Amino acid sequence: MEDASESLIEIQGLNFSYGQRPILKGIDMTMGRGKVIAIMGGSGSGKTTLLRLIGGAVRPTSGYVKVAGQVVHKLKRDELFRMRRKMSMLFQFGALFTDLSVFDNVAFQMREHTDLPESMIRDLVLMKLQAVGLRGAHELMPNQLSGGMARRVALARSIALDPLLIMYDEPFTGLDPISLTVIGNLIRRLTDALGMTSIVVTHDVQESLKIVDYVYFIANGVIAAHGTPDEVRRSVAPFVHQFVHGEEDGPVSFHYPARPYAQDLKLEGSFA
Amino acid sequence: MPRRIVTGIQSVGHRVIDSIWRLGYASRFFLLTLIKSGTSLRRFTLVIRELYFTGVQSLIIILVSGLFVGMVLGLQGFETLQRYGAESAVGTMVALSLLRELGPVVSALLFASRAGSAITAEIGLMKATEQLAAMEMMAVDPIARVVAPRFWAGVISMPLLAGLFSAIGIYGGYLVAVVLIGVDEGSFWSQMQSAVDFRYDVVNGIIKTCVFGVAVTAIAVFEGYDAAPTAEGVSGATTRTVVTSSLAILGLDFILTSFMFRGMG
Amino acid sequence: MQRATMDLWVGLFVMAGIGALLVLALKVGNLGTYSANDSYQVTGNFENIGGLKVRAPVKSAGVVVGRVTDIQFSTETYDALVIMNIDTRYKFPKDTFASILTSGLIGEQYIGLAAGGDEATLKDGDTIMKTNSALVLEEMIGKFLFNKASEGGSNENSGKN
Repeated sequence: MEDASESLIEIQGLNFSYGQRPILKGIDMTMGRGKVIAIMGGSGSGKTTLLRLIGGAVRPTSGYVKVAGQVVHKLKRDELFRMRRKMSMLFQFGALFTDLSVFDNVAFQMREHTDLPESMIRDLVLMKLQAVGLRGAHELMPNQLSGGMARRVALARSIALDPLLIMYDEPFTGLDPISLTVIGNLIRRLTDALGMTSIVVTHDVQESLKIVDYVYFIANGVIAAHGTPDEVRRSVAPFVHQFVHGEEDGPVSFHYPARPYAQDLKLEGSFA
Repeated sequence: MPRRIVTGIQSVGHRVIDSIWRLGYASRFFLLTLIKSGTSLRRFTLVIRELYFTGVQSLIIILVSGLFVGMVLGLQGFETLQRYGAESAVGTMVALSLLRELGPVVSALLFASRAGSAITAEIGLMKATEQLAAMEMMAVDPIARVVAPRFWAGVISMPLLAGLFSAIGIYGGYLVAVVLIGVDEGSFWSQMQSAVDFRYDVVNGIIKTCVFGVAVTAIAVFEGYDAAPTAEGVSGATTRTVVTSSLAILGLDFILTSFMFRGMG
Repeated sequence: MQRATMDLWVGLFVMAGIGALLVLALKVGNLGTYSANDSYQVTGNFENIGGLKVRAPVKSAGVVVGRVTDIQFSTETYDALVIMNIDTRYKFPKDTFASILTSGLIGEQYIGLAAGGDEATLKDGDTIMKTNSALVLEEMIGKFLFNKASEGGSNENSGKN
């Protein structure tokens, strides 16, 4: 693995629980600059929670997340906000501001955080939209966009202030195959062009393996496996194999834990 | 069954604790909104935008209802006062009812169902579609950027809408009493003017509408912000906004009236 | 642009709203004919004030010259003390006569001032000596019936002189 100075994000012994229910149990990760990292796992495995922990939206029960050398949960609110200007998050369905046009959505952060003149904002916004191929759509409102276009606009919005880090929460959900490829390639291209780090939380194995540098598998709150896409494809670890090939039964069982079937159906003379 | 009684008492207790907790949370949220109002007052275009949605778009319903309420008051007032030969006091009756009670209360109720529910639904949907979370991640405080402008727009709109309601209502009363029925125009206005006191009737009415405006919009933004991020969550929150703010308007009206018009006719 | 039309509408809305409030204040509320700061206070003792309320107008020759600001009860004389503010523009002689009158048959009650002939005028804090109590309908009817039963007489409700 790379040494610490090269890494943008460092996670050590991270634990998190909602009340009594543990979500993450002892996560260690290191993510280098300029890389696309995928975090995979079944639904409800705590992937999104991990993103929220990196973004400082929730506090860990123990352990820490360090972004660019700063421990996230120890930051004060204004320090956290300053740090967040260097990171972006792409939400599952884009989360575009429905009352603003495409242009205003992309310009939002520039207007909130900078004092740039309107003419420069216009140039920047059109550049960002050009990068995702939607310069011609800048006058549309979000409800006039298709799902794939909305996500591209959200991508343009998230790179508005040239962040160091972009987190993608399920960027491939509900997209047609073409849009899927477009978004996947955009993530790779923008990461390389802008020299930022991308964390992609997804369960779309095939699409993400094409574009990422490194993969972490999370299951039941722990890292079940990790490696480069090639290592993952060749992996014989039962969980990874089940996940990558989408098998119904394996370490992740089809059945929710239950009492013996026969007992539930009262086939034997058991007393409830 | 004693066990059923115990669980019954328990659930009542839970509900009480829950509503106290919610009230505390709402108060804290209200304070936060006030503290974080700096941005929206500095960038007043944010408030102007919301003034359009809460104020301008409520105009039609307020004006039409005001006109009809005034006309009904004129008609009913005339019918009743005529029995005592005091039909020239119809102007007084219309003006006092509108200024003291009907103007503030009815326009606030209409405002709650027109603008309050819209505010809740909008903020609730922004929450459900993760727009608020996205804003938070962009280091923009949603309370300062989304909640506060809507709150201030509502607080500014309410007295203006209530003023329009009362003014057009009085005109509606004039239309029915003077133009249609033929009450003497001079006595309509002069009786009204001698009976209505600026400080007690007009100013107290405006104070009422300001209080209602704060209450309705505070409830609306809180319910929206607190809504469960689902379709049922938002629709439930919208209903709660209308119900809670209507009750709040009527309750506050009683309290304010008993303070303002104590010992008076 | 879209933003400009929105601003225009908001501007119109705010203007209309403020206009409505001004109409209510000036035309309906009759602001300006009476205000509290340039007035002097006089007190009147009435044997019975009937239904007189705080804020009732004080009129002279039908013109509103002031308002009742407070009504108290005196345990010394067992009278009502009516405190009224009268506009400083209107001076009244010391021997002005104050009576509680009713506008119309069931209208509101007000204080009517009838000027006397004294040279000295009422000043802040003075007491009006000549007052005439309110006509109380029940008393009037009672008296009327009583008089009808015995003989003809005055139905005047004598005041405190």
